[in-house]
Amino acid sequence: MNNNLKVIVNGILKENPIFVLLLGMCPTLATTSSAINGMSMGLATMFVLIMSNTVISMLKNIIPDMVRIPAFIVVIATFVTIVEMMMKAYVPALADSLGIFIPLIVVNCIVLGRAEAFASKNKVFASSLDGFGIGMGFTLALTLLGAVRELLGVGRIFSLSIYPESFGSLIFVLAPGAFIVLGFLIAGFNILQKK
Amino acid sequence: MEYIGIIIVAIFVNNIVYSQFLGICPFLGVSKKVDTAIGMGLAVTFVLTIATIVTFLLQKGILEPFGLGYLQTISFILVIAALVQMVEIMLKKVSPALYQALGVFLPLITTNCAILGVAILVIKKDFNLLQSVVFAIATSIGFALALIIFSGVREQLSLTKVPKAMQGIPIALVTAGLIAMAFMGFSGIDQVFK
Repeated sequence: MNNNLKVIVNGILKENPIFVLLLGMCPTLATTSSAINGMSMGLATMFVLIMSNTVISMLKNIIPDMVRIPAFIVVIATFVTIVEMMMKAYVPALADSLGIFIPLIVVNCIVLGRAEAFASKNKVFASSLDGFGIGMGFTLALTLLGAVRELLGVGRIFSLSIYPESFGSLIFVLAPGAFIVLGFLIAGFNILQKK
Repeated sequence: MEYIGIIIVAIFVNNIVYSQFLGICPFLGVSKKVDTAIGMGLAVTFVLTIATIVTFLLQKGILEPFGLGYLQTISFILVIAALVQMVEIMLKKVSPALYQALGVFLPLITTNCAILGVAILVIKKDFNLLQSVVFAIATSIGFALALIIFSGVREQLSLTKVPKAMQGIPIALVTAGLIAMAFMGFSGIDQVFK
């Protein structure tokens, strides 16, 4: 039990995909214009991570070593397609605002990275836990980034008004704000980790 | 006029890095020196243009007539991966000099989301083949431009004193944010071409 917990905490803190490993930057920057958008992107990626980690771990003895990367990509792309179709069917507005970044989960280095580094070497249950932990770390990072940008930009968090919108600086919701806020968040994480 | 509009918008207004957020990994990874930035820019231009043509033909020739639209993501990524391998092998045979210059960057390109992103974007925007090609070339020029500007700034930045926590990626991201702000100045010029 203790070991399982360690795998999850490891994904959230020690190997946080955004703040420590610096992987998957494109969706991180592009979809965090608000906390809710960031969180939904994180959850979509988490679903793909858990499912692909589980399935790849099950198939690891069947897939020949030579063609493992293409095989992993096919498995990942399958789950991405499932997420994409589900979102289009049940939450079309959200699917619209995330746009092409849902199909682009396929090329998110985190997903393929975990398949190669963890799922292809570990047991099924541990692999799905690792998918959950890394996905959780990714989701928390995206939600945090989205919340900070939304707060500084329009004075809201999860559409909950904190201060009047006219006091906000719109630049944080626009493209430059994504780079700047992420830069300072990573710097903050660096300081926290040293302590 | 229409094509000039596509080119200007793709390079400056909707710059792939500074406003579309595609291809950030190579953007942060290979932008420490101007030389490597130019090499990467050229490699991306080359692959992006070919990949867009091939995926466009795949979509219009096979996926749409047979009602296989849901296979778009899977088939595109496999085609792109195979294509990059093929380009690498062919370049090695046909033009060793070019392979020397671009070789190291090619394997990195498969996981570059800019390639798949542009392939999906041209389908979304309902472009015809010629428009797609123009868009792909202009987008990759925009990528190269973004990379070269950024690497120029980073070369200077490496000589300055940066607070310890900000060293490396954080300061690079803030720099990119400031350049993105400058690129926002271009927004609106696309109205001229409408």
